[in-house]
Amino acid sequence: MTTTTPNSTLRTPRAGGRSRLTSRGVANAVVLIAALYTLLPALWLLLASTKNANALFGSDILSFGNFSFASNLSDLFAMDGGLYGEWYVNSLLYAVVGALTGSLISVAAGYAFDKYEFRHKEKLFALVLTGVMVPPTVLALPLYLVASGIGMVNTFWAVFIPVLFNPFGVYLARLLSSGYVPNEVLEASRVDGAGELQTYVRVSLRMLGPGFVTVFLFQLTAIWNNFFLPMVMLSDQHLYPLSLGLYTWNSSATVSPEYYPLVVIGSLLAVVPLIVAFVMLQRYWKSGLTAGSVK
Amino acid sequence: MSTVISSKRTAPPPAAAAEPPSRTGRRQQRIAAAVLLTPFTALLVAVFLVPVGYAIYLSFFGEDHEGLGFGGGRTVFTGLRSYLAVLQDPSFLTGFGTIALYCVIFVPLVVLSALAIALLLDSGLVRLRRTAQMLLYLPHAVPGIIAAVLWLYLYTPGLSPIIKVFAQADITIDFLGLHTVLPSIVNIALWSGLGYNMIIFYAALQALPREVIEAATIDGAGGIRTALQVKVPIIRGSLVMVCMFSLIGALQLFTEPMLMNQATPMVNSRFTPNMYIYDAAFRRNNYGLASAASVILLIVTCALSYAVTRWSGRRERSAR
Repeated sequence: MTTTTPNSTLRTPRAGGRSRLTSRGVANAVVLIAALYTLLPALWLLLASTKNANALFGSDILSFGNFSFASNLSDLFAMDGGLYGEWYVNSLLYAVVGALTGSLISVAAGYAFDKYEFRHKEKLFALVLTGVMVPPTVLALPLYLVASGIGMVNTFWAVFIPVLFNPFGVYLARLLSSGYVPNEVLEASRVDGAGELQTYVRVSLRMLGPGFVTVFLFQLTAIWNNFFLPMVMLSDQHLYPLSLGLYTWNSSATVSPEYYPLVVIGSLLAVVPLIVAFVMLQRYWKSGLTAGSVK
Repeated sequence: MSTVISSKRTAPPPAAAAEPPSRTGRRQQRIAAAVLLTPFTALLVAVFLVPVGYAIYLSFFGEDHEGLGFGGGRTVFTGLRSYLAVLQDPSFLTGFGTIALYCVIFVPLVVLSALAIALLLDSGLVRLRRTAQMLLYLPHAVPGIIAAVLWLYLYTPGLSPIIKVFAQADITIDFLGLHTVLPSIVNIALWSGLGYNMIIFYAALQALPREVIEAATIDGAGGIRTALQVKVPIIRGSLVMVCMFSLIGALQLFTEPMLMNQATPMVNSRFTPNMYIYDAAFRRNNYGLASAASVILLIVTCALSYAVTRWSGRRERSAR
């Protein structure tokens, strides 16, 4: 029976064409509404970034009467002595360098958990899983207390080092390593007389490439979104990442409204890197999502 | 390609393969494992175990203010005093109440709507599936604080086109009122999380063996029945995971209300447990109190995620 309609069973109208048509209509309408719900606020951000302070509050958002995207942009980078540019560079440093270093560390650990036997292995892995369950915000205050004890509060490292810790990345890397790197490859490499670490760097890491990108993307997003930790750790505005900087400007906007258009256009620009990363690397992140959900 | 090569090479005489690795080989492997694990273990100790231990330690100590004036207070052992102070503080308990209400609204809402959309996309009824997925996923690329700013502006009278549209129909909405502020926060979180969770479900659904679904269709199950009775039970692993992470995330609510705090008196500075911790540490400078509150939040989070995993594990076993 399956052979007669191998592919079209799902599409064959069962209860007549009309009800099929209705359910198709309803399904499309629901998804359309959901897509509009996610899209429209983003669209508003795009349109609002072209308005100056008066137009933002006064005129209709859809009118293109006073298009001031360029002047908003130059105001953004000129305000407070170019602080926004510094925040942008800081965010890129925290997120890109942090995610690269962090994923190298996580993937190495996940690989070791998958391929090697050592004492207390499962106990250590249970600790990793506990780390997955404990959200970073709960750790922020304890981290602050330690950092202030050793005089590291309000430094670049106070934010950079904690974000490297990514137990979910280790968990994911262990799964991906067992999927992507067959044990036979290691055996073959050993027979060839290659050292273990040599094999890891030259053979395994290359096979783990897509998995590495997945872990990297997860961590990049997490660090770029990080808000609580920098807020707790940093008081020097020159060390702020974008999230914290825009938060302070938004606080200023309640007193001096000229900050509103800057927060709007600053938010828009802050979204760009992640979107670029996702579009460029979109082949990879989905495989990671599935791997994470299959135990 | 490499697997082909390797399968050729791993066909040495079977006797050699069955032999346990030589002693030097094993030693090399232990060294390699140690080298690969050291950076992560160092981080685990430095930014996880030590801070948690230090917070627990601090939660049992407090400042003794009798010595004020001469070098400030000194740190003395206070036992469970900080814990009692936190647990008897009405604003902390109210914060937990707020978060509980938030969880009750947010978690079912985000999980069910993400699941529904994923099932619709998987049913083959919807056109432009890839585009729909991209659009729905878009908010995940928007950092939480920016999503909060964006929606705050859409909630602010004068800035918001939504309020303007309703005003033209003579309807006044106050998104930041006493009873609307929590749903408004839920909406921000829903906007951010919907597409992400939907993708997880959709990926799991796509991985289902097609024969199972075809068999159900042939048995006469309609689209909705196939979805609810066949597909959903199979992807329950993803379902539990999404529920758990949504719950843990919800307990940490901080960014959105922190921003709302600047805009409306309806969100006070101790609105959620995390805000309470921030307030205790940085506005009241009471590290003992803040540590105790952190430890309590940590315990509640761990207990909840443990309960969810245990509960789902038992359900799974009894289902067999």
